[in-house]
Amino acid sequence: MEAATLEFREATKVYPGSTEPAVDHLSLEVPAGQICVLVGPSGCGKTTAMRMVNRMIEITDGDIRLDGKSVTERRPAELRREIGYAIQQVGLFPHMTVAGNVATVPRLLGWDKRRITARVDELLELVSLDPAETRDRYPSQLSGGQRQRVGVARALAVDPPLMLMDEPFGAIDPINRERLQNEFLRLQQEIRKTVVFVTHDIDEAIKMGDRIAVMQKGGRLAQYATPAELLSNPANAFVEDFVGADRGLKRLSLERVRDVDLWRAPLVRDGEEPPTGEFDLDYPLVVDEAGRPVRWLSGSRAEPLIELDDVLRDALSEMLEQETQYAPVVDKQGAVAGVLSIEIIGATLAQEP
Amino acid sequence: MILAQVQIHNRAGDESCVADNGLCPDWIWDNFDRYVDPFWDHVYLTVVAVAIGFAISFALALVAYRRRWLIGPIVNVTAILYTVPSVAAFFLLLPVTGRGNTTALIALVSYTLLILFRNTLAGLDNVPEEAKDAGRGMGLTSRQLLWRVELPLAVPEIVAGLRVAATTTVGLATLAFFAGAGGLGEQIFADINFKSNVVTAGGLCVLLAVALDIGLLLVQRAVTPWSRA
Repeated sequence: MEAATLEFREATKVYPGSTEPAVDHLSLEVPAGQICVLVGPSGCGKTTAMRMVNRMIEITDGDIRLDGKSVTERRPAELRREIGYAIQQVGLFPHMTVAGNVATVPRLLGWDKRRITARVDELLELVSLDPAETRDRYPSQLSGGQRQRVGVARALAVDPPLMLMDEPFGAIDPINRERLQNEFLRLQQEIRKTVVFVTHDIDEAIKMGDRIAVMQKGGRLAQYATPAELLSNPANAFVEDFVGADRGLKRLSLERVRDVDLWRAPLVRDGEEPPTGEFDLDYPLVVDEAGRPVRWLSGSRAEPLIELDDVLRDALSEMLEQETQYAPVVDKQGAVAGVLSIEIIGATLAQEP
Repeated sequence: MILAQVQIHNRAGDESCVADNGLCPDWIWDNFDRYVDPFWDHVYLTVVAVAIGFAISFALALVAYRRRWLIGPIVNVTAILYTVPSVAAFFLLLPVTGRGNTTALIALVSYTLLILFRNTLAGLDNVPEEAKDAGRGMGLTSRQLLWRVELPLAVPEIVAGLRVAATTTVGLATLAFFAGAGGLGEQIFADINFKSNVVTAGGLCVLLAVALDIGLLLVQRAVTPWSRA
């Protein structure tokens, strides 16, 4: 199904018996096919905001529109079957196999058996699980990461135009979390869903979000912006504080080495004369026949080797570790693509996004 | 009351074992027929009582699961029923329902209610919150959630309740003859001093209890493959 546009219009939630709203006149629009991250400290109303979309929590005032149509006009159960739903605790049904879990919504919609079986296998492959091996297992026989993947597959079962994800990777250890995040981003390249993603972790928000909604106590929206905007122009002291003192460094994790203008250095083959001409860097770099860096002509080691797909933050960290100002950048084949310098990184930070 | 002092009329032969009220394999072998019908009466009383008790408790538990305020009153009433001494219950009912199976069953059913109600409710209450949340979030209606998620997950506790109820009912049904419903109890009390008689009838009770217990356990294993995974 085509990804949907999601719009909060002055959406407000006041719980019975409370005078303070949990979500206060929230207005924002998520363009179709983008990941919108709701982030903020606990009690800021981010989960409530997410759960109002599929009416797990009923809105008190204002409206939420899915492709221009108010969710309040839909019957909750029907609405929910069209919206993927993944939560931190996953909530797999312990008495059903992986296949049975993934097939939950297709069964509700009355798909025939063959179509369900084919879809289950397709989904398990999509989330990097071996269908033959996992299909007939029970949730208790899976690792945490596998359960989380099954949860995502289940949420995607009927190809919903919108996905709601509440801290989906929150209960996973850091290494597997990183893997699942990367996998999901890769998956998103393929499926291009509109996603509402809730987290309390600003780093995860920056990594996952096309747009980030920072919420603060009282359910108010503090800022709604792209990650780069958020880091370079925090709207107020709360956002500035929330994104952290290292927001400059965080910005560096948004940009890849291939996105900056690298320096050119003279390349020489061993034993040959260095080429003459205008170069950004005057230190010649010795390369082999395939154009792979060997050492600097001065004799110092050409390390660290930076790859074009590295983010600037990792590149900087490696350079600091090697105590060097310059590092050769290589492409996928290992050939020199340019030279990265601390100066380039500094200049990148100075730019406004 | 003509009770325990009566002897089984036609004790065969004059072997010393029988005359001494001993445990006589030969006598048991020759007289086993007399226990068959009471045994089936006993099975009938137990199974029907547990089945009716389960139907009532299950319905009550479903209602109370959604309307929590009903739990207190239901537990109180079934607990009172549970504490009425069974013999007293039979005699209290006799003037109303007369002698026979009905009287016995009413009493036996009322003993199963507390256990079955509590276990069914506990099973439902133990369903993981996140499974319910995920189910609702994916668009299951409350009825679909109940039948497809909550009840299947409550099966182990429900069956545990049934096993306790079945074994206790086998025991209590030995008193059903006070209400004129027959059963193995009638055989036991027909000649309570004759070891062969008491051991055979009592042994059949134990066998029945064990068989029902194992049977229910096997049923549970068959319907909950996930609980062993």
